[in-house]
Amino acid sequence: MLKDQDRIFQNLYNDLGPDLNSSQKRGDWVNTKEITDKGRDWIINEIKESQLRGRGGAGFPTGLKWSFAPKEVGSRPHYLVINGDESEPGTCKDRDILRFEPHKLIEGCLIASYAIQAHTCYIYIRGEYFVDGQKLQAAIDEAYEKKLLGKNAAGTGWDLDIYIHYGAGAYICGEETALLESIEGKKGQPRLKPPFPALIGLYGCPTIINNVETIAVVPTILRRGGKWFASLGREKNTGTKIFCISGNVNNPCNVEEEMNIPLKELIEVHAGGVVGGWDNLQAVIPGGSSMPLIPKEKCETLTMDFDSLTAEKSGLGTAGVVVINKDQDIIKCMARIARFYKHESCGQCTPCREGSGWMWRMLERMAKGEASKDEIEMLGDVTKQIEGHTICAFGEGSSWPVQGLLRHFKEEIKRRNKFDPIVKENKNIPYLVDQHLLDKNA
Amino acid sequence: MSLRRPAKSQPENFEFNSSSLEAAKSIVAKYPKGKQQSAVMALLYIAQKQNDNWIPLAAMKYIAKFLDMPYIKVYEVATFYSMYNLSPVGKYFVQVCTTTPCMIRGANKLVEACKEKISEDESVLSNDKSCSWMEVECLGACVNAPMMQINDDYFEDLDKEKTLKILDKILNGDKPTPGSYRGRINNEPENNRKTLMDLKNA
Repeated sequence: MLKDQDRIFQNLYNDLGPDLNSSQKRGDWVNTKEITDKGRDWIINEIKESQLRGRGGAGFPTGLKWSFAPKEVGSRPHYLVINGDESEPGTCKDRDILRFEPHKLIEGCLIASYAIQAHTCYIYIRGEYFVDGQKLQAAIDEAYEKKLLGKNAAGTGWDLDIYIHYGAGAYICGEETALLESIEGKKGQPRLKPPFPALIGLYGCPTIINNVETIAVVPTILRRGGKWFASLGREKNTGTKIFCISGNVNNPCNVEEEMNIPLKELIEVHAGGVVGGWDNLQAVIPGGSSMPLIPKEKCETLTMDFDSLTAEKSGLGTAGVVVINKDQDIIKCMARIARFYKHESCGQCTPCREGSGWMWRMLERMAKGEASKDEIEMLGDVTKQIEGHTICAFGEGSSWPVQGLLRHFKEEIKRRNKFDPIVKENKNIPYLVDQHLLDKNA
Repeated sequence: MSLRRPAKSQPENFEFNSSSLEAAKSIVAKYPKGKQQSAVMALLYIAQKQNDNWIPLAAMKYIAKFLDMPYIKVYEVATFYSMYNLSPVGKYFVQVCTTTPCMIRGANKLVEACKEKISEDESVLSNDKSCSWMEVECLGACVNAPMMQINDDYFEDLDKEKTLKILDKILNGDKPTPGSYRGRINNEPENNRKTLMDLKNA
C-alpha cells in the first residue's frame, strides 16, 4: 500500500478543511514563486521527467502536451482550459478535488498557465456539480483576496484570471473540442482534428486542455521532483491516481493509490471486498463505462495501469472501477450502459447517432432472450462499424463495452437467445409474404 | 440523442429582473470582448432559475437579443443540453440516476418511490404541481450510489425507505438535508478506512 506521506491529496476525505489556511498548512502555495522562477523549460522538463500521463481517460503525456503550445505568444492569446466535466459512469474523483482540494487545482492552474503562457484559464465544470462548483468559486475568491490570483499572482509576476464555466448535462462536452465549442456558447459537438487545440483551440487561439486531476497533481510533482513521482508505479505508468470503486462492493469509496496496484488489493483492502465474497464476482469494468469489462478469472492477477490494462484489451480510462457480482444480470448492465451512450450521443456522425441506439435496442432484447442467433454476430458487426468511423472517440467509447461483453460473455447471450425468426414450414398467415421461398419444387 | 420539445403553452413575455440582470452582466464580463455568445449557457441558467425551473421560448428570444446573437443559436443550445428544462418541472425537480453503477445498487427502488409519491410517469407534475421526477444518466456520485438530485443538491447512499422520507419532506414544503443518508463522511470507505489514518484521528 502507498505510504501516507506519498499521497498527494491529503484532504481527500476532508479531514482538514478545504480553505486556504488549511491548504497552506498542507503545503499548497508555500513557494509558488520559487517554482516559476526556475522557468518554463524547467517546469515542462520536470513534468516530462515525472512521466505524468493525463488523468482524464486517454492518458496522453502531459509534459509533451504542454510543449505543443507555441513558444512565442503571437497575435492571439493563449488559453488554459481545465476539463472538469466528469460524466463517465463510475467516476467521481474530480468532484472531491473541486470541493476538498480546490487550492491544489488553482495553484496548478497558475503554474500550468505560466508554463504555456496563458493569462486566462477557464475551468469547465459539469452543471450537476453546481454546489461543488460554488465551493471552488469560494476558493478562487479567497485566492484573489490574498493576491494569489489576478495581477502578479502569488508574487510570480504572472497575471492570471480564472473563470468557471458550467456545462449543462452533456457527457460529450468531456471531449476536449466539444468542450471548447461549449465554452464558445454552441452545441457541444466535437471538432475535427487537426487542427489540434494546442494551435487552434478556444476562439481560434492556442489552447491547452487538461483534466482536473492532472493539473491538481502538478504543484506537488514540482515541489517533490519529477523523480519522486516517477519512482511510484512503473515505467511510463508512474505516480498516484485516485481510484473510484463503486458497484457491488461492501465499502464503495474513492482512494488515492499507486499506479500498477493489483485490482484485487483495491477491491479487497480498500473497498471491503465484493458483496457475497470474491467468488461471487462476475466482472469488473476497470476504467469507467467506456472501457471493456474484464471477467473474474483475469481479475485475480490484474494490475491497474494504462499499459497492463491495454494488454488485456481494456483500459485504465478514468480509473472508475465498477464491480459487478453474480447477483446482477451482466447483459442488462451492458444494455443500460448502451442506453447511456444512446442518450449522450451528440448526433453529429451517423454511425454513432444511429448505431448507439441500435446497439441499445439489440441488447435490451438480448437481456430478455428475444433476440435471434444471427443478431449476436450482427451486434458485433455494428460495433465494428461505429468504431473508428466517427469524429471523436465517443464511437469507441460506446462500442468497446459491447465488444467486451461479446468477447467474454458470448456463451451467456447464446444460451439465452435461441429464437429463430425464419419460418421453416408453410403456414397460412396472410402477412408472411415470403412463404413461396419455402416451395421445394421451385 | 434525446428528444426534447418546448412546452405547448408558453408565456408571452420574458425579461430579466434586476438581480438576474446584474448576474448576467457579470457573467458576460468573464469572456473576451466580442465573444459574449459564450455567456449563453450561464444566461439560460439564470433564466431558468428566475422562471421556476424552466425556460420559455420568450426567454430564449430575450437572451438572443441580450447577447446579440441569432435566436436559432440560443434555441440550439437550449435543446441540446439536457439540464435546460423546456417545460414546467415544478418547484422541486427530482432526478434519479439509473445508470449502471447506481442500477446495480438498486436505483430502481428509488424510481418506485418516486412513482408512489410524485407521479406514475416521469416528467409529469405531482397533484399539487410542486414536484416532478425523471430518470437521468450518470450524475457523477457513483461511490455514493444509489443517489438522486433535487434541484442543486445531491442525496446519496439511499434506499427506498429513505427516499420516501425525503420525498415526503419536500412535498410538505420542508427542506431535507443533502448528503449521505447512511451517515458516512464524504467518499471514505465506511468503517473500513485504511489510509490517512493520522489525519482522521488528529
